[in-house]
Amino acid sequence: MADSRVNIADLDLINPVLTASGTFGYGLEYQDFVDLGQLGGVIVKGTTLHSREGNPYPRMAETAQGMLNCVGLQNKGVDYFCAHIYPQIKDIRTNMIVNVSGNSPDDYAECASRINELDCIPAIELNISCPNVKHGGMAFGTTVEGATSVVKAVREAYRKTLIVKLSPNVTSITDIALAVQDAGADAVSLINTLMGMAIDIEKRKRVLSIGTGGLSGPCIKPVALRMVYQVAHVVQIPVIGIGGISNAKDAVEFLLAGATAIEIGTANFLDPAISVKVVKGIDEYLDKHGFESVKDIIGICE
Amino acid sequence: MKKYVLDLKVTSVESLGERYLLLVAINPAGRLPKMFPGQFAQLRIDESKETFLRRPISLHYVDYKKNEVCFLVQKVGKGTASLWEKRPCSTLNAVLPLGSGFTMPTSPQKKVLLVGGGVGIAPLLFMGMELKKMGVRPAFLLGARSKTDLIRLDAYRAQGDVYVTTEDGSEGEMGFVTQHSILQIEKFDCIYVCGPKPMMVAMAYYAKSTGTPCEVSLENMMACGLGACLCCVEDTVDGNVCVCKEGPVFNIDKLKW
Ligand SMILES: Cc1cc2nc3c(=O)[nH]c(=O)nc-3n(C[C@H](O)[C@H](O)[C@H](O)COP(=O)(O)OP(=O)(O)OC[C@H]3O[C@@H](n4cnc5c(N)ncnc54)[C@H](O)[C@@H]3O)c2cc1C
Ligand SMILES: Cc1cc2nc3c(=O)[nH]c(=O)nc-3n(C[C@H](O)[C@H](O)[C@H](O)COP(=O)(O)O)c2cc1C
Ligand code: FES
Repeated sequence: MADSRVNIADLDLINPVLTASGTFGYGLEYQDFVDLGQLGGVIVKGTTLHSREGNPYPRMAETAQGMLNCVGLQNKGVDYFCAHIYPQIKDIRTNMIVNVSGNSPDDYAECASRINELDCIPAIELNISCPNVKHGGMAFGTTVEGATSVVKAVREAYRKTLIVKLSPNVTSITDIALAVQDAGADAVSLINTLMGMAIDIEKRKRVLSIGTGGLSGPCIKPVALRMVYQVAHVVQIPVIGIGGISNAKDAVEFLLAGATAIEIGTANFLDPAISVKVVKGIDEYLDKHGFESVKDIIGICE
Repeated sequence: MKKYVLDLKVTSVESLGERYLLLVAINPAGRLPKMFPGQFAQLRIDESKETFLRRPISLHYVDYKKNEVCFLVQKVGKGTASLWEKRPCSTLNAVLPLGSGFTMPTSPQKKVLLVGGGVGIAPLLFMGMELKKMGVRPAFLLGARSKTDLIRLDAYRAQGDVYVTTEDGSEGEMGFVTQHSILQIEKFDCIYVCGPKPMMVAMAYYAKSTGTPCEVSLENMMACGLGACLCCVEDTVDGNVCVCKEGPVFNIDKLKW
């Protein structure tokens, strides 16, 4: 059997498969289907400093080979997370990683510093696709300055592994990735959802409550793969690949493109046990092709 | 309650008129888990290339002796329509049981009314069967556009009294369920409703005006069905809550209608 262990900075993963934020709850929702201890990690729901009600219903629309969502980071805030959710997930034997969001660098930093106190949370993933309220609501992750400001602030407040999740809605993803690396990120993960829209032709209205939403699922995979490949070729830190991964073949493509690990998102909705199937499928691929370690295939695609 | 992903095997596919389908399936791999009225399954749609997500469908009934579960499906769009392609022996992949069901009445002495409109009658058969088991003889008030949309009445009659309204008067009393005379004649201890939203809102109003406890089953659009994605929320007195997990059945006191 091939060795499937990988490292993301100081983080040891038993295999390169994680689940993506916002699609896997707190992991607890999937425990009937998946032995969470068999995953490289679980990235829990987006958490903010203060509680958020999220956007009104309807929050989703089905698309060709994908879906749009505008959930809007509904969560009860970091204090609630620490007091009520953390005790339920702290003994899960995998890397439980918290996805952190905010509307100002200070919010992000404050939220991160609270999570820094939790012994069983070894890393956070910063979602920098959130709107910057002080700068007209433009997402932090869409400019080098915005991304740098958040990562710098969080780096000072947070001592464990810091993963920064990049937005694909940018002109040059490599510029942002390099800026984030310079600002102190230990790893980058990409991609977050692509901005999209759906229209109901009978009602002649936009389907989602706020008009637009984030596109995810197999339809975004080629875009995600291209971006992961590009970023992996310019940064020195590990890259985590995300976007439309639905089976082991998709996962292997991302590893070949340069990702050290991958996250599975929307595919969990179609098959709640898909994550462990992907773990097994990667093993089979490695054995079939005689690789001794998963590390041997990372980024080997020219 | 433990949830399962099962490859069910279809044993019978029956068209009921042009718009409804009765799909019966067994679990070939073992015993079906215990399930409750008002709960639902997320069905994988294998026959359509156009759909992407699963579709939530209520448990029409569960027969543990035969190890079978039944779904009553209305043809709405591409996903539900493609279930018509199922044949005996087809695989029906289902995640179940999902959600929390109806609250059973506290004693068999209770007078129970089950109100359904359109395909919303589906979960009420299972509810009627469980009520009958505990010694309650429920009354069903079923509404449809026209006689041809009234399906499976005999199955409902086997559980209790059936009252009917049609919008065109082709069967039962003419009008909407909320206009049926039984609501004036009888006083019920609890009401359970599933159907189009305007109908549920009207019944909730009736229940409030008569001080009758009432539960409704919502049909918000869903992605995961597991309480993980927060796509299916309803704005309640407790804020936005997941219909797939906290519901689909809600006491009307929780809703902001
Ligand atoms: C908990 C729950 C239980 C349900 N039980 C049953 C049942 O027992 N039998 C049954 O026939 N149907 C049931 N439904 C409704 C069923 O899920 C939808 O009709 C189905 O998802 C539509 O899929 P489609 O691909 O055919 O339509 P689509 O092509 O996806 O859509 C066609 C139209 O239907 C509307 N629509 C899509 N999804 C829903 C939805 N979830 N609710 C209402 N309208 C929708 C869309 O807005 C669109 O206008 C239930 C829904 C829920 C949430
Ligand atoms: C319903 C839903 C909610 C999401 N919520 C978050 C979130 O809170 N934070 C975040 O960083 N990404 C969030 N995402 C993005 C996913 O984590 C992932 O980056 C994206 O869906 C692409 O991967 P996929 O195609 O495998 O789903 C969400 C995605 C979906 C579908
Ligand atoms: S459908 Fe995902 S939370 Fe209800």
